[in-house]
Amino acid sequence: MPVDFGLANELKRYGVFVTSLEELYNWGRKNSVWPLQFGLACCAIEMISASMARFDIARFGSEVFRASPRQADLMIVAGTVTKKMAPQVVRLYNQMAEPKYVIAMGACAISGGPFKQGYNVLKGIDRFIPVDVYIPGCPPRPEALLDGLIKLQKIIAEENLLQEKQATNLQKTDDGEFVVPEYGAEDLVPPKNPGWHPKQIIRKTN
Amino acid sequence: MLPDIETLKVMIERAVPGAKVNIVKNSSLCGQDSIVVDNAHAVQVAKFLKESPELRLDYVSNVTGVDWLDRTEEEKITYKKVIDGIERILVETKKHFYPGYLEVVYHLYSMQLAHGPVILRLRTGNRTNDVEVPSLTPVWRGAEFQEREVYDLFGIRFVGHPDLRRILMWEGFAGYPMRKDYIEPDDYEYEPTPHGDVLKKSMRHYPPNTEGGK
Repeated sequence: MPVDFGLANELKRYGVFVTSLEELYNWGRKNSVWPLQFGLACCAIEMISASMARFDIARFGSEVFRASPRQADLMIVAGTVTKKMAPQVVRLYNQMAEPKYVIAMGACAISGGPFKQGYNVLKGIDRFIPVDVYIPGCPPRPEALLDGLIKLQKIIAEENLLQEKQATNLQKTDDGEFVVPEYGAEDLVPPKNPGWHPKQIIRKTN
Repeated sequence: MLPDIETLKVMIERAVPGAKVNIVKNSSLCGQDSIVVDNAHAVQVAKFLKESPELRLDYVSNVTGVDWLDRTEEEKITYKKVIDGIERILVETKKHFYPGYLEVVYHLYSMQLAHGPVILRLRTGNRTNDVEVPSLTPVWRGAEFQEREVYDLFGIRFVGHPDLRRILMWEGFAGYPMRKDYIEPDDYEYEPTPHGDVLKKSMRHYPPNTEGGK
């Protein structure tokens, strides 16, 4: 149960810091999101740039790019996913430990981008693995990647330990395994997850 | 300094007896003429180009394929003829049919002598059955991956290639995508601003005045 905001503020004035285990747990998780070190195309260059001194992804605790999926929390799909590459990307996702998150970076990873109507490019990685944050752009600037990362941190901070909106590792229904497609004569088999359907765009006005 | 294309042709014919060498003129501004060599002597010609002390073309910068479709060209012949005592100018059109073929183009440079490019072309017999050319990978190792790419996308088999597999598409992929008659799978999906060929596909899949239609 979250601590009453007013009471927490009142106590803070007297030097008493009150928090909940859930908040502390999420605070720790959201500030140490370790991305998987892999890039597919030009978006990866922007991702590398975001990790270097000028943009410095380390400010958000995500500087530890892990070369092994076993140690990574976040998969940044940075670039064009060709149909030949898609099974490997899904296999890497399956090998990541829960809880795991996916950022689709750039037009190609979201929808296939300029190659959408071609014969060899997957029309968006979200047809095989669930994507948490979409970052549009071709390629997105490092600031956009950082913005996407902050959005992901907000998602993590809002997750609960016991009630609904749990992290994927706490959900009993989700086994975190997704079907690895095989190569067919023209397309991947299956061409998408059976449960996948196009995202409904909801525009928020504020 | 690289000899001009006519001299080069003579040099090749002298070095490789029996080789059929043709020059393909390029009339555009760059004027890069190329030489077509028959498949039977291609490897010998390649060896000569690489090893000859005046040429030393030791570097393949690029290997690519071209798909030439069947074409008919109309030639207009004008001639004079006397009809009923009056001289008239008559025009006759003659149709030439050129069967299609696939072509492999090699761009050769010399690192040692710093000259180039010499453009070498190999042609297949037709576009369907007889699509074999000799591989020049035994001469220039650098051509290996690019010949694999040409095999992958055009379906030209390179005889003598050490490891001829697809390189960009997967094994078992149907068709050769860079051929001009390749029909890509009909898997169009909605996109907000189609134009050109994509617009035509969009009209077919999302007809006007329907949901998603323009």
